[in-house]
Amino acid sequence: MKEIILKTESITKHFHDPVEFKVLDEISFEVYKGEFLTVIGKSGCGKSTLLYILSTMDTEFDGELFIDNQNISRWKQDKLAAIRNEKIGFVFQFHYLLGEFTCLKNVMIPALRLGKLPYDVIEEKAYQKLELLGLKDQALKPSSKLSGGQQQRVAIARALINDPLIIMGDEPTGNLDSMNTQNIFSIFKELTQEFGQTIIAVTHDQDFAKASDRTIEMQDGKIINQNYKFI
Amino acid sequence: MSVKKHPVNGEVAYTYIVSNKKLTMVAALGVTLGIAVFIFMNSMLAGFDKSSSEAFFKSIPHIRIYKDDEISKPIVNQSGKNIPVIVNPKVVPSNNTIVNPKQVIQLLKNQPDVALVTPQLTVGIFYNNAKTQISGRAIGILPEEANQMFNMESYVVEGNVNNLKNNINGILLGSGVAAKMNVREGDNISITSSVGMTKVMKVIGVFQTNNSVVDKTTAYVNIAFAQQLMKKNSSYITDINVNIKDYNKAKAYAPELAQLTNYKAEDWESANETYMAATRMRAIIIRFVSISILLVAGFGIYNILNMTVMQKINDIAILKAIGFNGRDVIRIFVSQALIIGLIGIVFGVLFASIMVAVLQNYYVGGDIGYFPIYFKLSNFLKGIFFGFAVTFLAGFIPARKAANIDPVSIFRK
Repeated sequence: MKEIILKTESITKHFHDPVEFKVLDEISFEVYKGEFLTVIGKSGCGKSTLLYILSTMDTEFDGELFIDNQNISRWKQDKLAAIRNEKIGFVFQFHYLLGEFTCLKNVMIPALRLGKLPYDVIEEKAYQKLELLGLKDQALKPSSKLSGGQQQRVAIARALINDPLIIMGDEPTGNLDSMNTQNIFSIFKELTQEFGQTIIAVTHDQDFAKASDRTIEMQDGKIINQNYKFI
Repeated sequence: MSVKKHPVNGEVAYTYIVSNKKLTMVAALGVTLGIAVFIFMNSMLAGFDKSSSEAFFKSIPHIRIYKDDEISKPIVNQSGKNIPVIVNPKVVPSNNTIVNPKQVIQLLKNQPDVALVTPQLTVGIFYNNAKTQISGRAIGILPEEANQMFNMESYVVEGNVNNLKNNINGILLGSGVAAKMNVREGDNISITSSVGMTKVMKVIGVFQTNNSVVDKTTAYVNIAFAQQLMKKNSSYITDINVNIKDYNKAKAYAPELAQLTNYKAEDWESANETYMAATRMRAIIIRFVSISILLVAGFGIYNILNMTVMQKINDIAILKAIGFNGRDVIRIFVSQALIIGLIGIVFGVLFASIMVAVLQNYYVGGDIGYFPIYFKLSNFLKGIFFGFAVTFLAGFIPARKAANIDPVSIFRK
């Protein structure tokens, strides 16, 4: 019996500006605990919009969203912020880090916000995450001094710091070379298999998607395939 | 297990401040100038008030008790009746002495808020110099008590007040009178009172209040001698001067004394209404200007913080995405404003203190002497309070805007 960690029930979203436009149309699917899920589809098919809704940042939609068996569709912003802090880790496509802080601080901030561990434990943990992503030597550099690929890896480390239930990524390997992509991929695999964390990643990378547990294909705001088979 | 939560909002605010030192310093400088000018101007206002009150109390008491002239009343009561009555009210020709002054003085001295009580008798006189006569007035005093009340020592330029006590024929002349009569300490002078008594007096000193009207007309004599000049006995006293513990309460306290003694009690503010109006006007202008300057400084930080929020819009979106809520964002930017405010206030207070200290030792001369400005704790506290209030508001408004930023709309760009 597989445990459901995230579920959507007919999520629909419209853009009103500049013209009325249905971005998402009756999206219903389930994500299981420990699953490595990828979402593919052409540009503009609504994948990123869906991810923002799943991430609880976008609250303007119709339908129901369940995370960890709680229906959070109509929760207040502050409560959602707490959910994001504790249960969800993010890797964004272009916007990564707080430029005026060191890499280490960037990784630590979500855990400091959560405040469940003492400062030195968090620091130790942040070092571990950076080491995992091959960035330990960059830890004390200001994050704005790093290359795009390095920044993206710091962002992944940050997403992992609170050991979230779900890690979401919008093109999490978009800026990385093949070696680093491979590294991230194996980290993600390990997290899902050994620690039961769930990954939901939107990607254009066919190889990346192919190697995940399951791939959802979207087209024009609809899911056209819950279990995409690669040829 | 409870863990002491690391103040992460404060740390973010601190990092923003440290990484934008120039901007922080410019904003703090605005606060510094605003606070410094605010405190400085209010200290100056306090100094002006104090120096002019002090100038006042060189010659007038906080409350003066005297017998007011009475107007005659019609013998027939005409109210309600239809009989035409012709009346011609006049000042009743009674003498304006205070009856049994010793008892009244003792009664006043027993009041808890009263600090000093001393009788006074003013006599109109002429100073005789050969054929010319200069009109003026002699004020009869008890030298010791009057010296306590008016701090006469501070403006006696020649001789000594205490010599008045030892010499019943002594006279303390205003500097203008002394110059015109061509006399100095130790010389003799002849005076004639309004009731025709002529006496030769010994000049025991010269005073200078820098109020030329006073200096050119007034002389102080022993009260017993003033009574002789008036050809009256030793209980003839027209005024009782009262100083109370806090001269700002004179206006409220005067009616009480009037009721107690049954004589007219006039406080110094009522006696100098024109001057008081000018003082109030000066206070309004200075407060208005100083608050305006503080507000301008407030707009300065508001602008800078507003700019910071716009620059940090991407950071705010990231912070919100990783679990900071609106209140956290407000705290970050308000703390930033308050840290800037604190820096500004510390330097502002320092700067104001220096300005006050420097001006305090600046001699302007004339009537004023040293520049009238002084340290008044309440002005500094007011400055600090207003400084914090203004920086808080200047931080809070842009912070609230930042708190409402929708991260998705930033990420979509």
